[in-house]
Amino acid sequence: MTITEDPSTGTGVIGSRLLRKEDPVLLTGEAVFTNDMKVPGAFHLAVLRSPYAHATIVSIDTSAAAEMPGVRAVYTGADLADLWAAPMPCAWAVTEDMLNPPHHPIATDAVNFVGDGVAVVLADSDAIAHDAIDAIDVTYDPSDAVTDLEDALSDRVLVHSDLGTNTSYTWNLLIEETDGAVQRAFDKAAHTVSERYVQQRLIPMAMEPRAVVAIPQPFGGDITLYTSTQIPHVLKVMIAVTLGVPEHQLRVVAPAVGGGFGSKLDVYAEELLCVALSRKHGVPIRWNETRSENAVATIQGRGQIQRMELAADANGKLTAMRVRLTADMGAYMQLITPGIPLLGAFLYAGVYDLPKAYDFSCTGVFTNLTPTDAYRGAGRPEATYAIERAMDALATEIGIDPLELRRRNFIQPEQFPYEACTGLVYDSGDHDKAATIAADLIDYQAVRARQATQNVAGSTRRLGLGVSTYFEMCGLAPSRVLASLNYSAGGWEAATVRILPTAKVQVVTGTSPHGQGHETSWSMIVADKLGIDPADVDVLHSDTTIAPLGMDTYGSRSLPVGGVAVSMACDKVIEKAKQIAAHQMEANVDDLEFVDGEFRVTGTPSKSTPLAAIAFAAFTAHDLPDGLEPNLEAQVTYDPPNFSWPFGTHMCLVEVDTETGDVDVLQYVAVDDCGNQVNPLIVEGQVHGGVIQGLAQALYEGADYDTDGNLRTSTLADYLVPAASDVPPITLGRSVTPSPTNSLGVKGVGEAGTIGAAPAVMNAIVDALSGLGVRDVAMPASPNTIWNAVASAQSITTPGGTQ
Amino acid sequence: MMVTWRRTAGSLIHHDEHLGAPVEITVTVNGTQHTHDVEPRLLLVQYIREHVGLTGTNIGCDTSSCGACSLHLNGEAVKSCTVLAVQADGADIRTIEGMADADGTLHPMQQAFMENHGLQCGYCTPGMVMAATSLLQENPNPTEDEVRIGLEGNLCRCTGYHNIVKSVLAAASAGA
Repeated sequence: MTITEDPSTGTGVIGSRLLRKEDPVLLTGEAVFTNDMKVPGAFHLAVLRSPYAHATIVSIDTSAAAEMPGVRAVYTGADLADLWAAPMPCAWAVTEDMLNPPHHPIATDAVNFVGDGVAVVLADSDAIAHDAIDAIDVTYDPSDAVTDLEDALSDRVLVHSDLGTNTSYTWNLLIEETDGAVQRAFDKAAHTVSERYVQQRLIPMAMEPRAVVAIPQPFGGDITLYTSTQIPHVLKVMIAVTLGVPEHQLRVVAPAVGGGFGSKLDVYAEELLCVALSRKHGVPIRWNETRSENAVATIQGRGQIQRMELAADANGKLTAMRVRLTADMGAYMQLITPGIPLLGAFLYAGVYDLPKAYDFSCTGVFTNLTPTDAYRGAGRPEATYAIERAMDALATEIGIDPLELRRRNFIQPEQFPYEACTGLVYDSGDHDKAATIAADLIDYQAVRARQATQNVAGSTRRLGLGVSTYFEMCGLAPSRVLASLNYSAGGWEAATVRILPTAKVQVVTGTSPHGQGHETSWSMIVADKLGIDPADVDVLHSDTTIAPLGMDTYGSRSLPVGGVAVSMACDKVIEKAKQIAAHQMEANVDDLEFVDGEFRVTGTPSKSTPLAAIAFAAFTAHDLPDGLEPNLEAQVTYDPPNFSWPFGTHMCLVEVDTETGDVDVLQYVAVDDCGNQVNPLIVEGQVHGGVIQGLAQALYEGADYDTDGNLRTSTLADYLVPAASDVPPITLGRSVTPSPTNSLGVKGVGEAGTIGAAPAVMNAIVDALSGLGVRDVAMPASPNTIWNAVASAQSITTPGGTQ
Repeated sequence: MMVTWRRTAGSLIHHDEHLGAPVEITVTVNGTQHTHDVEPRLLLVQYIREHVGLTGTNIGCDTSSCGACSLHLNGEAVKSCTVLAVQADGADIRTIEGMADADGTLHPMQQAFMENHGLQCGYCTPGMVMAATSLLQENPNPTEDEVRIGLEGNLCRCTGYHNIVKSVLAAASAGA
């Protein structure tokens, strides 16, 4: 593939840096987040959470709380048991025999993580509700907690004793040309590496904690749920199933949502509690999550131990790969918990041409910690980290430059569409181009020369250059592929384009944006297609009554699936308009073309009818072709034929102070190829944010638990979400390799930055310290961790010791 | 070993008794005077959101770490979760709702954020705008590093700060 012009049909809207429609209400404080809603008569819900990671509930005394002024009700798990028609949903049983212990919104007999709900209070204000949960007496019988993955595997202590094991599932993917190919490749390899990496747990920390408001209608049983979610559509189905509420009586709305990053791609206890209790009491129920609750009661991300083995020939060409994962499920399965590590299973070979010699296995285990689930990238950052760190290890083993090793293994441009050993087809790519752009931006050879000068014996400020390349499998997803992975839903997306009588346009999308700017981008797609001003397009979303069909926003799917659906709906509506135009212009439909917002007779540009005239004619319906329905509206449900395959190269230059362990990121370069860009302004913003989240995993963030399962980083004072002063500016480069999979040539970009960043930063740090004998540094690479890594490599055992 | 857990040791909290009687305060918010009886424990951010009814000021944490609740108290940016409502008695307060002109013209800082894509989900944005305007009042021509350090009390999870810094520098150039 080569760089081509964007697919604009002439108005120049697509590819422009149009300012966002979303911004004015957000900038002026007019946007309504869930917690901003004014709901007269609502009861405020608060949840009493377990202070123990693993305990039996012996007794609960709610009497004192119930007597407090302003308290309307207090419920334990036992009190609420009748409200649940089914356990909390998990939509991804990855194997037939996966163990998934049922759990309900409020625990009954036992608690399994710090933060597990034990009782709830309904009160006249949030403050009274919180006062009241403090007055509930709970007697616990605590037992040992399982907080370490390898300890969990040993079954020394069982999280769920009735299961008899902490292992939920083992999922294997063995791909061999002939039996035993992987082992033979390792036996014959000129070079091998065997690495172990830890993906620490991360707390997503969307700036808006979760919030829920459930409002029952006075009559008829209908209920509206407002919630800070990424998935109003999926949630509606899951609530119907879990509560036994008729689905047609449920409306779910995601108002302004303050970030998600996967953490709001879930079905949460508090959403079910608010709906169930508002039905029970006949009044609105609302709940606001505090930040400290968010740290324990909203899902966490990552949490894996990775064992990565590579085999290569004498030239460094990869010949086989073996991956063994242990993945931390936490205490229970949330919506897609078990599938997250498997989203990475297909990406461990990265951008490299690996023969059919791939052996992957993942074991999911329970621990007494907050459940894990999707966090920006979800399985794919972990996979990219492992292969990209291991490629550096292999380069060191062979003694060649890490970029050169990558180049020797890149899938070449002429190999696309490329059928990977896993059977998935990568639709397009040009890895050498992205790598070359990145290398030029960071001035690769000059940096290597500076390193040679600076990283001399005795130097305490050492330069490191890190490279990472990636392929991302996103745009979730072809429904049949999801079926083959035993996922319980499809991956389509719906769109409706409605041209109103005055030629203004309503777009209804099934995506549910929470910062990604869909209102702007979808308007641009429609404006380009219909030859109108983006300001004349209104994008409706995130309300299951207004947009009844949708699969929501996650997995960098919105543009390559939802945006493409919008584009296809435009095509469909133009086709209908063309029939009306042909009728009115007394021309043959096949002789008409639609250009710049008007229908023209091909070859006779003077004879034309604007779309606006057709829109009004379709509305009056006075003179339509026989059999054609009035109005101009088209709906499309698009099931993508393939995933979306963005790719790129990131490079990071650091200076590490070996005396303090401090890392100074001197330069960060990201070249992300997401195909055609609808709005480069938005694309760049997605990459910036993604890079900093990945960099934060490398340098700052980690959910730190003690051996009793207490989270020591449960506030933003303890959990180091970086501030502006902690991160570098980012230099962006661009290559454009349009996707041949969809008509817009677009690929997802929401997670790309995160996927590329952590390995680039860590490769840079290890590169800086490699001259001191350091082979690996754990994440987050805090000054203490780095200092210890250097000290350990230098065999210094105490501060002030000698080399 | 059984353990009984109640976080409030000793006698029950009785809302009105232990926490003190309501106190009358008068504040000016965006040019309009408000008088309310408030609980002594009420935070300024809760007062602004729940009593004055202005919800543009957001709450993002419970440790005064995130800055989402930043507003101007007597002309200077403060985190309104670290101020009790009673402490603001008599104060002049400006919130994000008071930044744009009455005709809807954005404040130059708001305009700079829009033009430089300095926001995505928008949750940190009101606090970020309030902190940034206060920063430029103290230092009208900051360097990039001074902007980064000046905003270190305000967290954003979406933008990676790149375009926020760019927005503030642009606002400074425009003389905001």
